Amino acid sequence: MNIFRLFNKQRSAPLARERLQVLLAHERASSGSDLVAVLREEILAVIAKHVELDSDRVQVKMDRDENVSILEIDVEIPLNASRQAA
Amino acid sequence: MGKVIVVTSGKGGVGKTTSTAALGAALAQRNEKVVVVDFDVGLRNLDLVMGAERRVVYDLINVIQGDAKLTQALIRDKRLENLFLLPASQTRDKDNLTPEGVEWVINELKRYFDWVICDSPAGIERGATLAMRHADIAVVVTNPEVSSVRDSDRIIGLLDSKTMKAERGERMEKHLLLTRYDGARAQRGDMLKVDDVLEILSIPLLGIIPESTDVLRASNLGAPVTLADARCAPSLAYFEAARRLAGEDIPVSIPEEKRSILGKIFARRAA
Repeated sequence: MNIFRLFNKQRSAPLARERLQVLLAHERASSGSDLVAVLREEILAVIAKHVELDSDRVQVKMDRDENVSILEIDVEIPLNASRQAA
Repeated sequence: MGKVIVVTSGKGGVGKTTSTAALGAALAQRNEKVVVVDFDVGLRNLDLVMGAERRVVYDLINVIQGDAKLTQALIRDKRLENLFLLPASQTRDKDNLTPEGVEWVINELKRYFDWVICDSPAGIERGATLAMRHADIAVVVTNPEVSSVRDSDRIIGLLDSKTMKAERGERMEKHLLLTRYDGARAQRGDMLKVDDVLEILSIPLLGIIPESTDVLRASNLGAPVTLADARCAPSLAYFEAARRLAGEDIPVSIPEEKRSILGKIFARRAA
């Protein structure tokens, strides 16, 4: 019975690891730090001066590593807005 | 000037108080002057784990409010003469902890002790943020379990933003202390492995404390585990962690199997 279960039951640790990685990537980006929120607002303001954009389509993400942090800024510019800018 | 360590985790029940007592006693056994400070105002327990609950007269709040001198509130350990405890108040609430008061107490303690170890309350409220505020080094206590890892991640974020070090633009030294680790379950794939937790939290490893009945036994007796039984597996791991805190560069022992509870630790290079 024991051996049978050993082969059939899916190991749970890899799932825990995956869930945490997804969750924490999201949490670090949103509520994680004030810095990200401030950066998001200011970057948004600068870009909005030149192109029309949807504030929901701007993503600012901070990935923390032992030695470096990566700031990822993802701005989606609608097609008509970019034409206006050009 | 002594070094200030905060033992923190976010989540409750992961082993902050146990680890504070064990690391404090381990450092004191290296002939260094150590004080362990309980920041859990209203729910103090470090006194109980240290076996000094009947000797508490004055506490941290009394000192902050000027009702007692710092030297009156410090309790010397009966077993180790260079180990002291500064208890938290059981009757007051955490609002009595003022930032100025805490700063003064920590600065005074730093003058007389080599190590000031602050036992943080669970959560991210006032008590927890004040416990970490003046720290030079943070020990993040984590269980290999999803909710504990998530809360540790949150605490790491606070350590990097809300502490004096962070505000001065300096880098807060953070270490992971993985507690209640069961090598056999991790091996079977039913518990997060050391490398999983390290990869997710990306802070250096201070030590791995194996799940063990010796820890409960020690708290029943009112002694830090490193004093109750210096040769059991968790104690050996705490002694190792203490050596690493003191600056020694030694490999981390990973408890691989259930046998490790009997003290058979297989030393292996970690991270």
